[in-house]
Amino acid sequence: MTTAPRQAAGPDATKSAPGPAPRRSAPQRHPRTRNRHGNRILTHLLPLSPALTLLLLFLAVPIGYCAYIAFTDLQLTGQAHSSFVGFANFRTAFKDSEFLNAVWLTLVFTVLSSLIGQNTLGLALATLMQRASKPVRTLTGAIVITAWVLPEVVAGFLLYAFFRREGTLNAILDWLHLPSQNWLFTLPILAVSFANVWRGTAFSMLVYSAALNEIPKEITEAAEVDGAGGWRRMWHITLPMIRRSIGTNLMLNTLQTLSVFGLIWVMTRGGPGNKSQTLPLYMYEQAFQNSMIGYATAVALLLLLVGSVFSVIYMRLLRTEV
Amino acid sequence: MALTLSSRRRSRRLAADAGLLVVAATFALPLLWVILSSLDPHANLKVKTPDGLTLDNFHAILNSDITFTPLLNSLILCGFGTLLTVVCSALAAYPLSRFRSRLNRPFLLTILFATSLPITAIMVPVYALFVQVNLIDTMQGTIFFFAASQLPFAIWLMKNFMDGVPKELEEAAWTDGASSFQSLVRIVLPLMGPGVAVVTVFSFVMMWGNFFVPFMLLLTPDQMPASVSINEFFGNRGMVAYGQLAAFSVVYSTPVILLYVLVARRLGGGFALGGAVKG
Repeated sequence: MTTAPRQAAGPDATKSAPGPAPRRSAPQRHPRTRNRHGNRILTHLLPLSPALTLLLLFLAVPIGYCAYIAFTDLQLTGQAHSSFVGFANFRTAFKDSEFLNAVWLTLVFTVLSSLIGQNTLGLALATLMQRASKPVRTLTGAIVITAWVLPEVVAGFLLYAFFRREGTLNAILDWLHLPSQNWLFTLPILAVSFANVWRGTAFSMLVYSAALNEIPKEITEAAEVDGAGGWRRMWHITLPMIRRSIGTNLMLNTLQTLSVFGLIWVMTRGGPGNKSQTLPLYMYEQAFQNSMIGYATAVALLLLLVGSVFSVIYMRLLRTEV
Repeated sequence: MALTLSSRRRSRRLAADAGLLVVAATFALPLLWVILSSLDPHANLKVKTPDGLTLDNFHAILNSDITFTPLLNSLILCGFGTLLTVVCSALAAYPLSRFRSRLNRPFLLTILFATSLPITAIMVPVYALFVQVNLIDTMQGTIFFFAASQLPFAIWLMKNFMDGVPKELEEAAWTDGASSFQSLVRIVLPLMGPGVAVVTVFSFVMMWGNFFVPFMLLLTPDQMPASVSINEFFGNRGMVAYGQLAAFSVVYSTPVILLYVLVARRLGGGFALGGAVKG
């Protein structure tokens, strides 16, 4: 290995890991002012250690534990031993119509509220804000951001009240002489998707506003003088120039939406029946109402894997940007 | 030509204003409901002009059982959680920002990966684990988990802010014999005050609003933070006492809104956070 010659130079380079060893010994060969106090490990690893400890104990260990109990039949109560059951939990899941229902609803929820709702509305708001007058822009920004800053449970109450049979939406529909209905009962997944749009659009709006501000004015003005209309400018100039922001925003929105629990819990508890039961709520029900921790964890592991895939795509997008 | 262009611009501005106002009005409806209902003696689920203004709803909930204890619990959980997050992330960001090491890149990539993991997914195994190690239903266990779940993003933000502080100032301090720790505390952190403020407020707001983590990890009603107890209140009484539920919501939401306004002011608009998130 290439580390061998450097290792000889450093007395403290007891080679335990190939990574840090050459670095530790480097200062002896190239003394730098910043390392007058010598011990590289102390200055480098000591400050990292509290964070590392917390991350390992409370994040890495649970993830590892998740990967382990997903393959056992661990239950909530009254069980002497849990035993290893291989892929049985996963086989059960893919045969279970309730699980498949939850997967489908999660997909609908994510596509409706994150891909279509938050993303498009966020971009539309950011674009309009570029042209609007300052008071309107400030007011809209304040309202949309307030919806975002509010605690998840409170957002749940507000939209519960909005969508209830006796709520604001139906009052408005009545006033317009349009047919009203019991939204939380007939179309719960649509109601919670709208709730998520209400709550999450501010983030997309902020990301896109930042991206649009970076587009040089000359480019859009030149296109305008050449007679390109609004939609064509959007399609041929603006969108290609902010495509990386679109990518990162979509990834972050999707990851955020995949893990929504409180909002749906407050509004519908996943019901009526399981008509708005997305994967996190299904997982919770399996773990605590049916007390099947092992099975619920298998579902959690699947969710985690999907999340990881999105996370890796997101990192790829960021890396090309940095 | 110039005239038509400017008149076209003006009409476009009007159209944009109109569009934004429609969206703003729609978004404002649920917010109006909570504010009006909290002051309304006969609140229902609709947005309506209150039948007279009253503070009775607030009087009914502002007692230790309903609001003070849960808010204090929230403050303890989120306060210590944020403190732990900020201290650990500031310490961790320093070597990542200042020293070059071939471990930095893989470490930062892992951190970035962890920032976007769905924490909701691991709550069931965390619950099972906490039962095994007797951390279930303890404030400290919840605080540690809060801090750990917020740390990846906090380290990422903190490192980016720290990269913006020029090294030269510290090098002067080093020649004067200051240790790394001294230069971090005395020079770097004061210079990145707004950055530290963003990390602090962001962590606090995320924890304050978090429902699922305390819902899973705490069991005793006396220890519940406001996010969970307001949901219980909703289940028990809120279904009828909408005015009180609205008042509770206002009381519970006000701190995070104030904190956000404070930070957004200092950073010149709420757009800084969006920029920071973008990496």
